[in-house]
Amino acid sequence: MAASSETMLKKPHVGKKRKPPTRYWEGTEEEGKNDGKKQKEGDNNEQTPQQNNTRTKKGGKRGGKRGGAGKKVISGKSDPFPGSAPVPEEKLNKFKRGVKGELPPRPQYKLRDVVIRSEAASDLAQKQNARYDLMLPEDAGFLEGDEDEDTCTISQDDIVDAVDITAGAKYFSLTLSQFGPYRLDYSKTGRHLLLGGRRGHVTCLDWQSKQLMCEMNVMETVNDVKWLHSEALFAVAQKKWLYIYDNKGIELHCIRKFNDVLRMQFLPYHFLLATASATGFLQYLDVSVGKEVVAICTKAGRLDVMAHNPHNAIIHLGHSNGTVTLWTPNQREPLVKMLCHQGGVRSVAVDKTGTYMVTSGMDKKLKVYDIRAYRPLQSYFLPAGASCLSLSQRGLLSAATGDIVQVYRDVWGIPVTKPYMAHRAKGSVWGVHFCPFEDVLGVGHGEGFTSMVVPGAGEPNFDGLDANPYRSAKQRQEWEVKALLEKIQPELIGLDPSQLSQVDHSTWEQRHVDRVQVLGFDPLAKEKFTPRLKTKGRSSSGKVEKRKKQVAHEDQRDVIRQTVEDRMKIDKERKEKEKKKAAAAGQKSALDRFRK
Amino acid sequence: IHAMKVKVLSRNPDDYVRETKLDIQRVPRNYDPSLHPFEVPREYTRALNATKLERVFAKPFLASLDGHRDGVNCMAKHPKSLSTMLSGSCDGEVLKVWNLTKRECVRTLQAHEGFVRGMVVRFCGTSFFTVGDDKTIKQWKMETPSYGEEEEPLNTILGKSVFTSIDHHQKEGVFVTCGQQVDIWDEQRSSPIRSFSWGVDSFSCVRFNPVETELLASCASDRSIVLYDMREATPLKKVIMNMRSNTLCWNPMEAYNFTCSNEDYNLYTYDMRYLDKPFTVHMDHVSAVLDVDYSPTGKEFVSASFDKTIRIFPKDSGHSREVYHTKRMQHVISIKWSSDNKYILSASDEMNIRLWKANAAEKLGLLAPREKAAVNYSQKLKEKFQHHPQIRRISRHRHLPKSIYGQSKELRVMKEARRRKERNVRKHSKPGSMPVVTEKEKHVVTVVN
Repeated sequence: MAASSETMLKKPHVGKKRKPPTRYWEGTEEEGKNDGKKQKEGDNNEQTPQQNNTRTKKGGKRGGKRGGAGKKVISGKSDPFPGSAPVPEEKLNKFKRGVKGELPPRPQYKLRDVVIRSEAASDLAQKQNARYDLMLPEDAGFLEGDEDEDTCTISQDDIVDAVDITAGAKYFSLTLSQFGPYRLDYSKTGRHLLLGGRRGHVTCLDWQSKQLMCEMNVMETVNDVKWLHSEALFAVAQKKWLYIYDNKGIELHCIRKFNDVLRMQFLPYHFLLATASATGFLQYLDVSVGKEVVAICTKAGRLDVMAHNPHNAIIHLGHSNGTVTLWTPNQREPLVKMLCHQGGVRSVAVDKTGTYMVTSGMDKKLKVYDIRAYRPLQSYFLPAGASCLSLSQRGLLSAATGDIVQVYRDVWGIPVTKPYMAHRAKGSVWGVHFCPFEDVLGVGHGEGFTSMVVPGAGEPNFDGLDANPYRSAKQRQEWEVKALLEKIQPELIGLDPSQLSQVDHSTWEQRHVDRVQVLGFDPLAKEKFTPRLKTKGRSSSGKVEKRKKQVAHEDQRDVIRQTVEDRMKIDKERKEKEKKKAAAAGQKSALDRFRK
Repeated sequence: IHAMKVKVLSRNPDDYVRETKLDIQRVPRNYDPSLHPFEVPREYTRALNATKLERVFAKPFLASLDGHRDGVNCMAKHPKSLSTMLSGSCDGEVLKVWNLTKRECVRTLQAHEGFVRGMVVRFCGTSFFTVGDDKTIKQWKMETPSYGEEEEPLNTILGKSVFTSIDHHQKEGVFVTCGQQVDIWDEQRSSPIRSFSWGVDSFSCVRFNPVETELLASCASDRSIVLYDMREATPLKKVIMNMRSNTLCWNPMEAYNFTCSNEDYNLYTYDMRYLDKPFTVHMDHVSAVLDVDYSPTGKEFVSASFDKTIRIFPKDSGHSREVYHTKRMQHVISIKWSSDNKYILSASDEMNIRLWKANAAEKLGLLAPREKAAVNYSQKLKEKFQHHPQIRRISRHRHLPKSIYGQSKELRVMKEARRRKERNVRKHSKPGSMPVVTEKEKHVVTVVN
């Protein structure tokens, strides 16, 4: 793999070395020792010295706090750990929501009180969440080679030998050479697997217990298969129409409004099935009511590359001219059009947090974009080019080149030179998919299906109320009702899903303008100062004037103070800029000789 | 053989599945925000659902207590018993004591000749006072007379003129009546210990302040509200308004504040220290407001109007949060908010007393802890998203009888026309010669100290 153009420092979250869980009190007294230990673990290069420094600083602060508060109890002994245990900063940051704004000024004391209370409540929630996070039962998987050994040379058989039987049983192959190549999909909980062979073979199974739920041949070309919200229903894009089957294989619907569908994506919180067709239409089907929400003509030809952003439910389409377009059901035009590749786009994948998009194209390049800023981060050259991409919950990227599946770790961080894992499938790969909440990569290929073990791929701790792999039938029913009740309307899909909770300034301003027009005066305007009537000759006209002037001066002073502050700020900024310029000027570059 | 370190996720199902069918299901949680996308849109959807359900379950009417043979003129709450309530009728000369839990009349007595004008239960709850058109004040025992015993008042005072209202002191054996003047009576004496009048010939309502117990306020027929201190010989001050106030009620939590119901369709909340303008004008009724009563929390009050509706106002909001009406309810004359903050009692012209829920969508009876948590959660969500246009539209929607709907629209048009005219006049006159008079300032004529 070639080097990349840009680098971004970020801690990779896969393959961290397992340490025994540190106790919160250990961080203080043995800070120095811990640091030493960390440096001894030199091969673990994920922590830069800078990060270490910040950590010691924090530890010191914490230690200072606790040292001072060694309170004595009645029995005479002092409590070595008074107060509640401190919560690590990075855990707190994980649960941070939004930024704290300024408090409203004191005269608006009621609003101020409301804001203070709600901030205190959210702080408490954040802290409690962070504490709970420390107690999660499972740790993520990892794979580390010996000294100077690449993890990509480790074969699946070696891994299976090394791990326990249940984990080892997750590596298996299904030989289905008759009707391939296969596309696949895992259900939201990761328990159920749906396979669709190009030549009509559709099967779904509980892949962990290997229990077959249904198997059939639809006697037509199958373009794509997709689970709907639960494992009871799935959609199959066949030669002409879109079909919905239940898990017994009974055809429930044939949807004639959706024709020539090539790719499908399911938006679980919106209950929307988005389809991309050979005729260039992007259509949305609301599966809870069975109605087509919108059909958008993209005017971009055959659409066979599709991905959805799990963070904001925006559909990404890849086109043969090298562009990737972003779509919502609310707009007939694409929200964004990005030129990503020279030559067509072969595959697109978006990560769970909605931060990164990975694309591969006919120009044999693999590119990583930051889709919040629409900025390229990394660009890699793959000799064979990647046909299918998939991102796991913990950020592993699988790329299929011919019959080889490569898994990369942390492609958006420091430029990657070697894959994390590699595996050769029996036929050319047609679909790859990471299984949610498991260290498993499903590979559909010409000769059937292979389930690969990829340590560190899945999220170790699931949320029982969201996607519970161990749920009972009753729990599933409960979940289904709840999920349907809080189905998000398609109108709410937009680039920023948190926009609903932000203050709508423009509407308020417009309404205020209207109100002023209706009333004939501004009700929010500052009241004119009228001096109070005082007795004993203190309200003579001269004194009144004097008092008025005092107030006027006070107001003026406020204005002046504000302008002076603003000017100081601007000055400071300018000085800093100049300083930077001067520093830049100090370093002579080879090109300076051409400067005038 | 590779020397490698590897760990693959391998969960033991026993940690995630309940052991026996008798256990409850295990639900492991992970609050990581990235596992819960669309936080805000989902909360919004929940809030929207909660708002819709609130409207679905808004069934405020509980019961109608019938038995009076003429319009019910006044009611009184019992200070010690939630289930007891008293009512007096217009010309049936009948007074009834009700048991609200059984929704039945437990005692009927012949109190006065003519209207029962006012009644109040003594603070200890053992006896009550009534005043009537026959110029008498009567004190009655709360207990039902035993078999064979005659229904007779404990005490009768014959006054000089008709009494229109009565209120009792919170702690002492002192009560106050009003009619042609405001009289303060000692329970032991048959003549008033003090009388106030300030050039007024009749009063319609008098109330003791429940916190500052020596203070009184009364509504007079010359469109004024007069404040008194019982310890002083003369009244404190009065404010004269554009129209007459019918009744007033002190805020039980904020000693300075009282609200009066006015003939000009509005209610006014005053701070008794600054009478020159009310600090809130409560508009929404389309006819004269006849009675007002505060909730025991002091956060809201309920008003009864001649337009056949009851409205509930938050104490500092200019518009009502709720309106109650039924097809058969006529002009509502008297209104009371029960002492447990849960119910509202309205007495109307057509001989009925109606029992309403103070919070229309509230579920009555005991709530399971999970139910309570769910209610609190949806309450918080509704609060969070209350300003979103769709949620606000749904939560504000109320069905109104056609006449009231039309009338309120008409009033709005009239008000807008008046405002437009004022604006145009101001536009074409010398700047500053037409000062802006706010709604609050409009209704006060003068304050007399």
